[in-house]
Amino acid sequence: MNESNVLHTGTRGSRIIGILALIGLAWMVVFGLLISPPDEVQGDNVRYLYLHVPAAFLTFTAFGITAVSSILYLWKRTRSLTWDRIAGCSAEIGVVLTAVTLATGMLWGKLSWGVYWRWDALLTSTALLLVMFIGYLALRGLEASPEVRARRCAIVGIIAFLDVPLIHFSVNWWRTLHQPASIGPRKTTFDGPMLLSFFVSLVAFVLVYIWLMMHRNRLAMMEQAMDDHGLQMAIAERHAEAIA
Amino acid sequence: MLRTARLIAAKDLRLELNSRVTAFQVLPFAVLLVVLFAFAFDADAKVLIPAAPGLFWIAVLLSLFLAVGRMFMTETADGALDALRLSSLDPAGIFLGKAVALLLELLLLEVVLLAGVLVLYDVSVPASGVVLLVTTAFATSVGLVATGTLYGVLSAGTTVRETLLPLLIGPVVAPLLIGASRAFEAALGTRRGLDGSVVVKVSEGWPWAGLLTVFALVYVAAGLLAFGALLEDA
Repeated sequence: MNESNVLHTGTRGSRIIGILALIGLAWMVVFGLLISPPDEVQGDNVRYLYLHVPAAFLTFTAFGITAVSSILYLWKRTRSLTWDRIAGCSAEIGVVLTAVTLATGMLWGKLSWGVYWRWDALLTSTALLLVMFIGYLALRGLEASPEVRARRCAIVGIIAFLDVPLIHFSVNWWRTLHQPASIGPRKTTFDGPMLLSFFVSLVAFVLVYIWLMMHRNRLAMMEQAMDDHGLQMAIAERHAEAIA
Repeated sequence: MLRTARLIAAKDLRLELNSRVTAFQVLPFAVLLVVLFAFAFDADAKVLIPAAPGLFWIAVLLSLFLAVGRMFMTETADGALDALRLSSLDPAGIFLGKAVALLLELLLLEVVLLAGVLVLYDVSVPASGVVLLVTTAFATSVGLVATGTLYGVLSAGTTVRETLLPLLIGPVVAPLLIGASRAFEAALGTRRGLDGSVVVKVSEGWPWAGLLTVFALVYVAAGLLAFGALLEDA
């Protein structure tokens, strides 16, 4: 990383994406709250969809990226701390997005089902996914050499992601044995302004994710550079002491 | 690999026989949990009997956290883990050995715990449910110890092992807990209708036992694959 990049708060690319993300979010608010019509069945509650579904989609994308980066780190041919850094950054953003997904989902659920929570497979797996990745971030925060941390976290990241289908399957099986799985807001048919609003919010969320990834990754690089610099300074000092 | 496994398992069990930490600390704690659950539910048989399978497995899970923490505490003391790493023993064998030692401890604990549940909650085991009960307990325990051993070595060198272990293991073994509770419910016939007849029959538990076996194999395979890499780091 060259000096000028460290001193500035972003690059031209990150600024353009940031501005586009802001425009996208503003558009999402205007379309989602004002322009798109209420749903025939759900009324105004349907507006949660513009926030909830893109957040849920990106939650799984973010953790998927963590898992893939972890595999790339563990695979000897592509081993590089860059993959570890990407995995960590994506997991952090993923945890925030999961919290947004669960919070909006529960509020929407209260309005359309009358309860905040239902023990259905998707909700339960998402909640456990959040806990697993909080554990992952706790592991990342521990003192260790970068290689040790990277390997530990890569294994935990992959296991956490691969465990999701197992959880989903077992919860689904459990709930369908006792009661029909009639979960999920009633089917909504979308067209025109609703479809456009949904599409706009999806794009806005993707841009926000990319923007956050760029900045978080840059911050991680700076932290690493600072650690290296500190080490080099310490070595130089000891060296100077020895000569003196 | 199997020779290494036998060696490590024998070593761990010998350590346990000498220290008796599982027998005199973890086991009484598990029984204490059964008693505390009864306080929490007002010792009401109408609540305790249907809840017994789930409470049993929660008690097993909490005891597992302690047992895993204990196992790797002895391993990190006096540089024992370094010695293990330098021993050039097969990591897969070490993993299997540790898992087997932990499995034997856990199975023993489950026998005592089950006796506690039967006596204190007034649950009985129907003859037709015995095979399902044993199969479920075995498959679930294999999955639990495989996960426990893997995450145990992962957090072995860290200062926050006691708090980190439950956070890492808990959500990962959630599918095992769901399956095991449902299969036990069928084996013990604890879910009853208003007229007292058994609602979930023994035959309904077998698909769960099958699923648990598959999960157990998945967790053991993951442990065998990942343990070597983690042992180097711990």
